Parts: sequence; C-alpha cells; structure tokens
Amino acid sequence: MTDAAPPSTRTTRPTLAVWKFASCDGCQLSVLDCEDELLTLAEAVRIAYFPEATRASASGPYDISLVEGSVTTAADVERIQEVRRISGLLVTIGACATSGGIQALRNLCDVAEFRSIVYARPEFVATLDRSTPISAHVRVDLELHGCPIDRRQLLEVLSAVLQDRRPRITADPVCIECKRRGTVCVAVAHGTPCLGPVTRSGCGALCPAVARGCYGCFGPTPSANTAALVAQLGRLGMPRRDVVRFLRTFNAGAEAFRAQSERLAEQAP
Amino acid sequence: MTHRPDGDGRVLHVDTLARVEGEGGMYVRVHDGEVVDVELRIYEPPRFFEGLLRGRAWTEPPDITARICGICPVAYQMSACLAIEQACGVVVPDEIRRMRRLLYCGEWIASHALHVYMLHAPDFLGYPGAVEMARDHRALVEQGLRLKQAGNALLELVGGRAIHPVNVRLGGFYRLPTRDDLLAFRPVLAGALDDALATVRAVAAFEIPDLEQPHEYLSLRSESGYPLESGSFVSTSGRAFDAREFDTHVVEEQVQHSHALHARLVGADGFAVGPLARYALNHDRLTPVARQAADDAGLPAVCRNPFRSIVVRAVEIVEACRSGLDVIDGWTGAPAAAVPVPARAGTGYGATEAPRGTLVHRYTLDTEGTVTDAVIVPPTSQNQPAIESDLRAFVQTRLDLPDDELTRQCEQAIRNYDPCISCATHFLTLTVERT
Repeated sequence: MTDAAPPSTRTTRPTLAVWKFASCDGCQLSVLDCEDELLTLAEAVRIAYFPEATRASASGPYDISLVEGSVTTAADVERIQEVRRISGLLVTIGACATSGGIQALRNLCDVAEFRSIVYARPEFVATLDRSTPISAHVRVDLELHGCPIDRRQLLEVLSAVLQDRRPRITADPVCIECKRRGTVCVAVAHGTPCLGPVTRSGCGALCPAVARGCYGCFGPTPSANTAALVAQLGRLGMPRRDVVRFLRTFNAGAEAFRAQSERLAEQAP
Repeated sequence: MTHRPDGDGRVLHVDTLARVEGEGGMYVRVHDGEVVDVELRIYEPPRFFEGLLRGRAWTEPPDITARICGICPVAYQMSACLAIEQACGVVVPDEIRRMRRLLYCGEWIASHALHVYMLHAPDFLGYPGAVEMARDHRALVEQGLRLKQAGNALLELVGGRAIHPVNVRLGGFYRLPTRDDLLAFRPVLAGALDDALATVRAVAAFEIPDLEQPHEYLSLRSESGYPLESGSFVSTSGRAFDAREFDTHVVEEQVQHSHALHARLVGADGFAVGPLARYALNHDRLTPVARQAADDAGLPAVCRNPFRSIVVRAVEIVEACRSGLDVIDGWTGAPAAAVPVPARAGTGYGATEAPRGTLVHRYTLDTEGTVTDAVIVPPTSQNQPAIESDLRAFVQTRLDLPDDELTRQCEQAIRNYDPCISCATHFLTLTVERT
C-alpha cells in the first residue's frame, strides 16, 4: 500500500468479508453503525462478502475477515476451518467470538435439558454441548472484545490494516478509563459492586458513568486478579451466589471468569 | 440458487438470505404450475436463552435478553422489565414510562432506518445493497445514514450505548439524562423528523408490487398514543386481550425446517404483527404530522399489501421522531431514576412493540426472585407463517418469471417483514423447488 494514492484510486483495494456464527448480529451491526465512515470505508476496502449488507458476493480469498459469533454446531466447526483457509487477516469481533458469549453458559450446564426447555422436539435441533470461541478452532490474528465491540476500536483496527501498522488497542482495565474521563469510582464512593478492575477497557467506561458497576462485557484483562476482586465483592456484602452470577454473563467462558466462578460455585454455601 | 428437477418442476432455493438480520434461507417447490411447498428456513444456531435464564436473578433478564438481538435490544429490555415488574407487583411512574418511550423511539428510528434504507430500499431500486446504491443515490443513502445516526445518538443519550444499552434497570434507569442534555439533543431529533418526512416521500414513490393478503393483524393499543412501550392486544377481527392472556390466543409450534418456533393465532387462518398491523389498529393514534405524512403517501387506513410495509415503516420513523420530541418538550424531571422492584414469587407478562412487531416475555419467579421459567415470543416467530403464506400467494402469480428474478422478488417479499433471525431465538435459509 502506498501513502500517496488516495484509496479510491488504488487498483487493488483489500477485500473485506464479514462472517457470522452464533451471535446476536450486534457486532457486525457496529460496521453499519459507522454512519460517518461507512461510505468512505467502502471506498478504502472492497466489501466482498457481507450478507447482512449486500446480496452481492465475491469469492475468496479475502484480505481481512471479521468473524462474529461462537462455534456451537458441528457444521460450524467445519465452516470456521474454511473461513480460516480463505482469509488473510482473521479478526474476531465480540464476546461470542472471543470467549463463547452468553451461550457459553451451556458449557456449565446440561445442554440436553436446555434444548428440551426451549424445543418440544429437540431431535430437530442440531447443536454441540459447548459454545466455544473461534480461537479454540483456528489461529486468530487479532481479537476485538466487547458485548458489543466498540466501533471506534473496529475503525482503529481497519485503519491500522490499511496503513500497514499495529492497531492501538490496549488491554488496560476499565478503571483507567474511569480515571481518564473523571468518573468517581462507584465501588469506592458508593460500595457498588464493579468488575471494572478486572475488565478490559474499550467501551469508554460506560456503566460507571451512569452510576452502575461495570458488568464485565469486554471480558477479563490478561492480568486480571479475579480472586482479589471476588474477596472485595464479598466485603461489599455481595452474596456468593450473586458473585458467581456476576462472573457468568457475556464472557462466562473467558478463562479468568470461568475458573474463578467455578472455584466459587464449588465452595459450600 | 435454483435448479430444475425433472419435467415441469421448479425449485427456488436460497441458502443464505442476504440483508436480513441473522441466518436463514428460503425453499419453494412448484409442481404442475402449483406452488406446493414454501419454507422459510431458519438455521441460525439456537442459543437457548429460555434455558439459560433459569436460575438467574430477577434483576438480570433485561441485560441478558438484550443479547438475543443486537438490532432491537431495547425491545428485549423493555418487555423483560414489564414482565418482571408485573410479577413483582410494581407499576413504574408515568415519567419513567415516558423516558422508556424516548429510549424506544431511538431504537425504532435506528432499526427502521437500517431496514428501510440499507436492507429493503435496494430491492425497490435494483441494487444488491446500500453501498452499491450509494454510487447512484448518494444523497438518499446519506439521508438514511443520518437518520440511523440520530436514532443511535438518542439510544446513547438515554441508554448509555446504542447496541445493548447499559442504563436500563428494573424500575427505570441507573441515571436519567438531565433536561439540559435532552434540550441539547433536541435539534438533532428535529432534523431527523425532517429526514423522516423526506423518507416517506421517497419510499412512497417506489414501484410497489401487487399483493393483497388477508392476515388478521395483531398489535398493542395503548391508552394514548401510538403503541411502543405499553398497551394491551387488539386485532382486526375484534380481539381484545391483556398480555396475561397471550398464551391462550397465541400458541407456538415447532416445525422441522426451522430453529424458530412457529406461532399460531388460535382461531385465525393466519396473522401478522409489525408495522402494517400497528398502523391498521392505531392509525387514529398517530401524531398529526405522521398521519398527514401517511395520508400524503396515499396509505389507506388498513393496508393489506405487505410490500407497502416500507411506507408504513417510514411513517413510523416520523412518529418516533415526533413522539420523542414530545417527551423531550414535556420533560420536567423525575423524583428518582428508578423505583424499587423487590423480588416476590409470581408470574408476569410483558408485551411491547419491537420494530418488527409485538414482543412478549413471560417470567416465573420464586420467593427469592430466582427465575424458574422464561418464555420469549419474538415477532419474527409470529410472522413466519405469514411470510410463508405471502410467498405462496406471490410465487403463484409470477411463475412466468425466470428463476433468478423470481428468487430476487421472493427475497424482497420476505424482507417486507424485516425478519430478524437472531431474534427468533428458536429462528431462517430460502429454497424454491419446482418439480
């Protein structure tokens, strides 16, 4: 890629594909939610496969693949291999793709029972007993966290790829973002249970800004000390059962949250 | 993708429907000039929300069920709040109801603008998608993006985030926007109202295919105003019932070709929810500016052509902008951002109007507030039989078309319902087979 040529005159724009696995569509909607940038983006990259946005599709391989959703069916176990094979840079977007999503709660339960709760004829429904992140199946080049992802982070990643540089995405906890925007700590000032100290930043510390504790939708930071946080939640008076629930939401399958919630769940009430 | 089996048979088959939310397909089989099989196939992998809600705290379903759909999370939050509040015997004060309505207006504007401009308009103007459409109709697409952005900005202002808002809780909100915040936003919404009126004029000029369908329309009706955040059920056949009686009127059945349960209105040949139903049953409740826009667009009081849903959707964007402005203009604050919702044992129902139609939640709680049972009936699962019925009628009159064109028009007919496949928790691919 040269710096001189404006994107629209490049003869070969990078191709972009957007893939969906088990998910709510919210993360790929984030692409369409870039209202100010969408038409410019569509000039800088060639949207080659994005069924939610267009009937047109070009066959692969694709330079950049954004993958939303988790793997929950035998067919999808095979499909993700094919996506990997025809993708240059594979970027997973969102909590489902990076940690299995809310549907990974099934990993902690009996899926046969879930299926029979929802469906009268469970035999029509093909599903695996676990919901797993994309990285459990194929090599992933970059992960964007969040339920949903933050569209500024998405644009940063796409810009970085177009400029052939490293994306500026940090793994700081939410606490740093609260300090940066001047939000008074809800845990210290009000005793509100908050997962901010162990949760990745990126959202802009939205929950504390509305006087709510962070609920961990960006998943654990790489250095999350969940044991220390759980002890603090106990001191704030949060019952153990509620702490387990707190850790078991949209990133229930992320290792730091999963392991800590299982240790807690095993303890006597 | 179509193929022709032996003799005079024809099959139209679309594996992956484009420009719908989620994964589905279509299958239509024609034999001896008769449409014999129509299936809207929903193969989106199931995520078992109703199962994973069991054992959760009564405070959690608004955030958890939001994740059923990234396009209409507020609908899930609102129906969940109403259902659990009913189970706990709480009715929120009117100012909380009005702030919920304002939040919901944001979702209607964003979701309808997405569908009208990015998912459906390309069918009418002959493009594969909005980005391609923008090459010839840049101003139109920019108008749509501006509207969508205004809706998202309203969601962020009241909900804290456009997708999966963080500010909603049982009993109300974590923090209410201030009057100054609302007034600062007002010009954006006033601008959106102008764009919405222009949208009605633009889509009213589209060439609309012929189709008349006899579906019984089902929608909420509120004490006042066009129905969004509250109301009880009414239908074009004269039904009137409370959300508590929903189970006796609408039953869900599982079919083999779909992960979405099919809903049936007891005693009706077929029914539909969504913009056409709401409009037919609440035309008199539109704000004057929206009613005038509908009249100018030539909409009859009851519109039976599903292809005109795009016009009604545009009118509903006008309604959401105007209704949102009314909430802002009348806002004088509230004593508290939320009222307490203490747990108690019981069952509650919550019904609100999601952009795609009525969304019903039912929860049963034990004395500690643990969810022991959850049932969610999304609009797309209610509309699935109507979509199949429309396809059947539509294809029958267009058998002379070549497969490619017929398939394209079938997809357009499916998009009349803005089917949300992620939503139809239990939910679709199009296949047309002609044998």
